[in-house]
Amino acid sequence: MWEAVKCRYNAAMTHLPAQQDLVLQADASLHLQGDWTLPRYKLLSRASLEDAGVVRSLDASRLTGLDTAGAALLVKLLGAESLQRLAPTAIGLSEERRALLLAVASAMLARGAEPKARRWRLGDALADVGATVISGWHNLLQFLGFLGLTLLVLASLLPKPWRWRYTALVAQMQQAGLNAVPIVALLNFLVGAVVAFLGATVLAEFGATIYTVDLVGYAFMREMGVLLAAIMLAGRTASAYTAQIGSMKVNEEIDALRVQGLDPIELLVIPRVLALLIMLPILSFVAILAGMLGGAMVAVLSLDISPARFLGIVQEIPLKHLYLGMSKAPLFAVMIALIGCLEGFKVKGSAESVGEHTTSAVVQSIFVVILLDALAALFFMQMDW
Amino acid sequence: MTNNKTGQPPEAVIEVRGLCNRFGQHSVHENLDMDVRRGEILGVVGGSGSGKSVLLRSIVGLLRPSAGRVTMLHKELQTLTPAERAQLERRIGVLFQQGALFSSLTVLENIALPLIEHARLSRRDATHVAAVKLALTGLPASAGNLYPADLSGGMIKRAALARALALDPDILFLDEPTAGLDPIGAAAFDQLLLTLRDAFNLTVFMVTHDLDTLYTTCDRIAVLSQKKVLVADTLEVVAATQDDWIQEYFHGPRGRAAAVADALVRGTTPT
Repeated sequence: MWEAVKCRYNAAMTHLPAQQDLVLQADASLHLQGDWTLPRYKLLSRASLEDAGVVRSLDASRLTGLDTAGAALLVKLLGAESLQRLAPTAIGLSEERRALLLAVASAMLARGAEPKARRWRLGDALADVGATVISGWHNLLQFLGFLGLTLLVLASLLPKPWRWRYTALVAQMQQAGLNAVPIVALLNFLVGAVVAFLGATVLAEFGATIYTVDLVGYAFMREMGVLLAAIMLAGRTASAYTAQIGSMKVNEEIDALRVQGLDPIELLVIPRVLALLIMLPILSFVAILAGMLGGAMVAVLSLDISPARFLGIVQEIPLKHLYLGMSKAPLFAVMIALIGCLEGFKVKGSAESVGEHTTSAVVQSIFVVILLDALAALFFMQMDW
Repeated sequence: MTNNKTGQPPEAVIEVRGLCNRFGQHSVHENLDMDVRRGEILGVVGGSGSGKSVLLRSIVGLLRPSAGRVTMLHKELQTLTPAERAQLERRIGVLFQQGALFSSLTVLENIALPLIEHARLSRRDATHVAAVKLALTGLPASAGNLYPADLSGGMIKRAALARALALDPDILFLDEPTAGLDPIGAAAFDQLLLTLRDAFNLTVFMVTHDLDTLYTTCDRIAVLSQKKVLVADTLEVVAATQDDWIQEYFHGPRGRAAAVADALVRGTTPT
């Protein structure tokens, strides 16, 4: 409390008690006292001078401590130029402290003007909207360009089997596909059971409980199996692709590949795209089986439908629904893999950028998967398939 | 030693006794002893892979040594409670080899962070002090609002030094501070280091390969070789030590050039 009181001074007061940190004497000499150090910065910063220009000399004979924080405060109070003028003739200032004050003052003079922060204006919101729209358009163009580039590299590789990278491909297949089997199967099993319960609840009112089997069968073959598998991969694999390629970008590994005449698309993107292209249909099939198993469990345990009956009904479902569902898998796979890789290449130099683009990759790929699925559903319906 | 007026060597602020560092089968340090005295600039040299950075990491407590004791400012880091340890860590500043600036903060925010967190300054005050530190390291004011990703290698070094100096530490650890700086920037860095040391009685532990920095700034030089400190003494004594690596280091073409340059500056004959 006392500290706070004693630090309220002002240049107009000329004769002051000895405990003050900063005293302007009548002869225009500024007396510094006590510790001018970081722990006391808060107290010291309450000091103010009405007019720094009147100070003619500096007396530091009672200064007990000084560090860069204290020196910074003096710069704030007096200005760098005055400090540079006063420090060489200051009384009672040790050589080391004089050197420090001079170093700080001259550094502050040499650093140039502070850039003016732009104030927020009303038009900025409008400009932001425009910028977002334009960047969305650019993203789309970039994606199409990337798709074309990848297809071009793929086409140029097709007649050259000696340049196919089997090891990378198989490694990616294991990471993105095989390792995802348990989670995809479990997820679909649970959703299958939920769909069956839902169907049983609604259909029981019409005495049509048996159609629960059809509901689960149609739902998983046409839509749910491939959709859930694709969403799972969008979360699991697109993010991994972005993070892997993004970290390589931060580490300048991508540049290192380029200057060695190696094509990052061929080395990094093609194996990832192909791995998903192979694995997503397989995972979708696993998902369909798991979903129907979940449905079957509910049917057998709580709807009194025997497993043989269940299989009998499933067999009557036309096979074209399975084909229609599975036909979407390769499309989803390419989109997920390309979005993941492209976002990785967009990373710019920092850990934060990696995080940003990983998020963006997951959001974009899930959005694209659901959008395409909806479009496909419309299309199939119009075609009467 | 410039601050050694009594003739007695000043007290040791860092004592390393019997330090061993092993990574699996691979041993980096065996029974390493070392002292860093108050107010000195100690240069640590050694071949690649001789464990200079590992030594630095075990002193600042980032690495638990396999055996041995490290005492800093009369306290043993590994035995302290977390609160005491944080207290001690406020009194040291570390400049990492790659700068290690926080990439999500601007340069000024990087420097202001310890001031806000530890010294409890308001954001405005912290930014002002940070701007002074930044200016001290020779960066223009316009660099303060940039993100680390926008800086050149040399600017990252300077900004990281400004952050290491944020709390006016007692001991400053520098890992290859002048690597990646242009010669003018490196010379300015040497001068800055001397000014800061003289102003605060700062103790500096510096891992370096820059012979010019060794000649200009270091009071003592410690040579790391054969898993321990081979010799730690003034430049003249170290350079005269009979050891193949040391002879090669100080009397190879680059060593001779640095010695000549130093002698020219001081107006003496090269050692």
